This record gives sequence, structure tokens and C-alpha cells, in this order.
Amino acid sequence: MYRYDEFDHGFVADRVKQFRGQVSRRLSGALAEEEFRPLRLMNGVYLQLHAYMLRVAVPYGTLSPRQMRRLADISRRYDRGYGHFTTRQNIQYNWPKLEDVPDILTELADVEMHAIQTSGNCIRNVTADHFAGAAADEIEDPRPWGEIIRQWSSLHPEFSFLPRKFKIAVTGAASDRAAVKTHDIGLRIVRNEHGEHGFEVMIGGGQGRTPMLARTVREFLPQRYLLSYLEAILRVYNLYGRRDNKYKARIKILVHEVGIDEIRERVESEWASMKYEGIDVPGEEIDRIHAYFAPPDFEALPASSAILDAKLQSDEDFARWHRNNVSRHKVDGYAIVTIPLKGGSRTPGDATAEEMEAVANLGERYSFGEIRVSHEQNLILPHVLKDDLPQIWSSLVEAGLASPNAGLVTDIISCPGLDYCTLANARSIPVAQRIAERFADARRQDEIGRLQIKISGCINACGHHHVGHIGILGVDRKGEEYYQVTLGGNADFDADVGKIVGPAFSSDEIVDAVEKIVERYVDLRADRNETFLETYRRIGNDPFKEVLYAAR
Amino acid sequence: MTVKIITANRLSDGAVVFQTESGVWSEWIGDAAALTDEAAVDAGLEKARQAVAERRVVEAYEIEVAEIDGLFRPLRFRERIRALGPTNRKDHGNQADRPQAASAIA
Repeated sequence: MYRYDEFDHGFVADRVKQFRGQVSRRLSGALAEEEFRPLRLMNGVYLQLHAYMLRVAVPYGTLSPRQMRRLADISRRYDRGYGHFTTRQNIQYNWPKLEDVPDILTELADVEMHAIQTSGNCIRNVTADHFAGAAADEIEDPRPWGEIIRQWSSLHPEFSFLPRKFKIAVTGAASDRAAVKTHDIGLRIVRNEHGEHGFEVMIGGGQGRTPMLARTVREFLPQRYLLSYLEAILRVYNLYGRRDNKYKARIKILVHEVGIDEIRERVESEWASMKYEGIDVPGEEIDRIHAYFAPPDFEALPASSAILDAKLQSDEDFARWHRNNVSRHKVDGYAIVTIPLKGGSRTPGDATAEEMEAVANLGERYSFGEIRVSHEQNLILPHVLKDDLPQIWSSLVEAGLASPNAGLVTDIISCPGLDYCTLANARSIPVAQRIAERFADARRQDEIGRLQIKISGCINACGHHHVGHIGILGVDRKGEEYYQVTLGGNADFDADVGKIVGPAFSSDEIVDAVEKIVERYVDLRADRNETFLETYRRIGNDPFKEVLYAAR
Repeated sequence: MTVKIITANRLSDGAVVFQTESGVWSEWIGDAAALTDEAAVDAGLEKARQAVAERRVVEAYEIEVAEIDGLFRPLRFRERIRALGPTNRKDHGNQADRPQAASAIA
């Protein structure tokens, strides 16, 4: 993975020093809150309902054990012993003191981490496929490009005062685990007829109050032109993006109002005029960055593992965990493990310091020192030996991290909601917990199969409800929490925004409603193999409406 | 008019606080100064603006409360969560420190 060089260390250290000064001037009164707020936001410091919140960047969701241990340590010493992994692969601390933040940032800098540009009207953390470099269906690891974009976008002088936040995601596989179509810019590595790799560049995706899927602005961009092309897009956005209305300021609105063809013309014309300005990364530098992401020293192994097969035969619980939480690796004899931070009474995405340390240890021992954070708020060990799976599972069981529910109905994405967030209108965490409890039975979850429920506590959609197979949006109706349900959303390349199924449900009704939807699906699916999404796409909203609103 | 109190977040650590009679800010809603008419609310907000200028708190504003058993119960759910703590972590906040009083106003 990427290691900071002298320049990076200096850059982050300077930033911490600068912010330390800013905090000190805020506390002394030299800076008023109106002056301080944009500065603290650029360093990922929010003021939420109960406390400040610090959002730490986890670039393209990749962590080393050392970094994970530091995150655990920070949670213990400066917070309340836990952290929250987010839908942008970052980690949030819910209870830091403002006066401690400079020290926290210093400790993060020590392990090559920071909180720069995790908020504010700038380019945010670049997210990526959490199986990058490991997945069997991958064309190319997108993370070196994520790193190139990260360096280019950090304190970019021209793009530090954009009309609004800007989110970029990259993927390099046949299926999209990074939800690129819901991003301001989505990049997909593709292969042309000559076998060359390039990017399909998509722009104008976004959720929030006006969900839109990204449109392709360029089918194939040679990789060496990535930065100049991105720069052209950002210039067009910076120039033409609306600044009159905060709710109409994202690039998706610009694309929608002007049309993708016109936007393409503007971008291509801008690009033509500046593509030789030297913005693009020289070949040696591309190679240098790629070298940081060289694959680990995989052994040459047979595809199957006798140890694994024996365990699968003899242990039903292990077999269930393996079936749901282990994914195919591109290299024979290896596998990818998903560790869901979900289910039961868990707060989705939360991990205690002890749990973070357990995962750090497993990453170090079994995964070539690599850990990932997924936008689904789970943790991943990307490169494990099939032979080691039984041992890894035992360790996860001991740590309370072996919930065999990855991708199932209790693997729910949920924003923090009204329990933490100043923007929220309703709580989301308790709804996720109650649904998880209703469907706790592991056998039942297996019966239901792949089903993604995503919950947001307000229309800002941080819980990605628009692209949930079942999406739940919390609203405030005359002081009471109500929940609007959408169906058929999807975050993969065949993305869809979910459709509202009918009137909202009260807090008392929502879990029953979800159960009715699930049961209806089970009744109407063509067979055990037809997923919820497939069934929905075949039958639409009406059969679900019938059972939900029959009594009304 | 319903009773109002003034709330804010403490600058240093972001903790939820309530303005008391003396101008000191308390973490417990029960200590808040009850403001029973417009003039009192205005005076309270003025005192709060002072506190913001003195860097003790940020984002001070008024909220409506009902008086219950000598305690204040915010009318808005959001403010009850602020006063008591997040509902998914009953071990955090006033709901943990003062469980009896908290359940009276939850």
C-alpha cells in the first residue's frame, strides 16, 4: 500500500501545525466561529448533536494493521472506546474534544493518516472497490489511480472552493462494489478492443434529495490522461455549477439542467485546450505509485484446500459463515473474508477498540498486513489462505465478529441518524437494530438470500437508501418518526434508484412492513435462486403494495 | 406561552449544555433557567450571545419545554436526545448519569 514520502509527511505535519494554531486562536477568541467553521470542516471536524465529530480519511478504504491499531488507541484515549465506519470508507469518532483534535491529528499523522478534506466544498475521500487487488472478477486494481487522484486533489488551489462537496469513486472489476454511479465522478477501468486499459468516465451521480445516476461522459479515456480529464471536468463544474442554491449546487444538477451532451462538449473542449499543460502524471511516476500496490508474494497453490474442505464438511456453522462471508480471490488457494459490523444489537458500522485490534491482528497474521473498509460499513481481509479460513473463523468467533450475514437481510447500511446527526429528521440505528433482531435466525437469513436494506435518517441519504434493494428513509411527521420505503434500488453497474412503495410507516409499523415485503418476495420468487432484486425487477411494486396496504 | 430554555454546545468539547439562572452553563437540563415570557427569552438569548463571544459555547438557541415533576422535557424529540444521550447507547450521557430523572423526561 502507499507509504508517505518526505513530501507527504511534511505536508500532513504542516497541516496539523496549521490546524493546531487555528484551534488555539479559536479558543482564545482571535477567530470567531464563522471564520473557524470552514477551517475546521476542511479538517473533518463537525459539530453534531452531542459533541464534535471527527471524520478520518481512509483512502480508498485501505488500512494497515498499524493504522488500525492507532485508530483503536485513539478511540480509547480520546473518545469512548469505539469508532464508526462510514459509507465513504472513512472512520468517524463521535466524542472528541475540540482541544484534543490537534493531538489526535498528530497521532494520525504518525501512522500516515489525516482528516483533510473529509468535509467542506472540496474533493472528498476517493473510494474504491473494497475487494480491489483481490477480486476474481477484477480487470485492474483501481487503487493506484485512487492514490494519484488523492494527491492531485489534496489542497488543489483551484478546487478548494467548489460550489459544493465532490465525491469520486473508482472500480476496476466486472461488478461494481464501489457504487460509482452514485458519485459525482465514477471511474471504471475497462479494456478496449486492443486490450488496452482505460477509464469509462461517468459524471453527475448522487443521492440526497434528488437522486441521479451518473452518465457516461467518455466511454474510453486512456489512463495516462486521467488527471487532465478530471481537471477539465472540475473546471467546468467550478465555472458553471450553481452557487445560488446549496441544494442545487452538485454537479448532478448541472448535468441534469444542461444535459450530458452539452456537458460533454464543454468538458472535451476544456480538456482539448489544457491537456498538454503538464497536469498528467509522467509514466515513471505512474509506475512508482503502482509499485506501492504491487500484489503480495502469493504462493503458487492448488485451487482447493483440503483443510478447508474438511472443515466445510464437518462444521455447519463454519460452512454457513464461509458461504456468506468468503468471496473468490483472483489467486488460486486464496480467499477474501468479509467481517460484517452488523447484526443483532450492533450499531451498524461501529467497532470497539478491542474489535479493531482483533481485526488488526488478523490482518497482520493472515492477510499480508492488509485490511479494507467497505462503503457497506464492513471490514475485509482481502488476501487470506484458504487453508487459514478455519483458524480465522475461530478467531473471529472469539472476537464476536463472525456474524455469518454478509450481504444478507441483516447486513444493513445505516447512517448515524437522529441519535447523532444534526441534519437528521428521524433515527435510523434503532430501526436497523430492530430489523436485525426480527430476522436474527441464521437459517431464515440464508433462506431469504442476498438482500440489501439501506436506511437514512434524512434526505441527505448518507445511508444510501436510494440504492437499497429495500430503502428506508426516516422523516419527521408532526414530531413523530415515520419511515418511507422504496424498493428496487441497486448500487451496481446496473444501478437503479428505488421507487416509493406507498405512504410512510410509523416507527411501530416499519419492522412489520419490512417483514411483509420480505415474506412476499419469498412467496413470489421464481425459485430459491431468484434474488429479491431479480424478483422485484420481474414483478414491480404492486405485489408488495398489496400486502403492505391491504388493510388500509 | 410554553416555557423555553436556552441550549448550546460547549466550545471546548462540544458537550450539550443549558443556560442557568446565573449564566453558568450546565450539562443537566434540570438546571436550566425557565424563560416564561418573550422578554425573558430575549434576555436569555442576549446572555447566550455574550457566552458565545466569550468562547464558552457555540450555537446557542431557545427550545420549548414542558415542565414535568420539576424537570424540563423538551417538546422536540431531537432535543430530548440532545438532553439525554443517543438512544442506541444508553451508557452515554445524562440517561446514564441520571437514569431516574432521564426516564421521567424521555
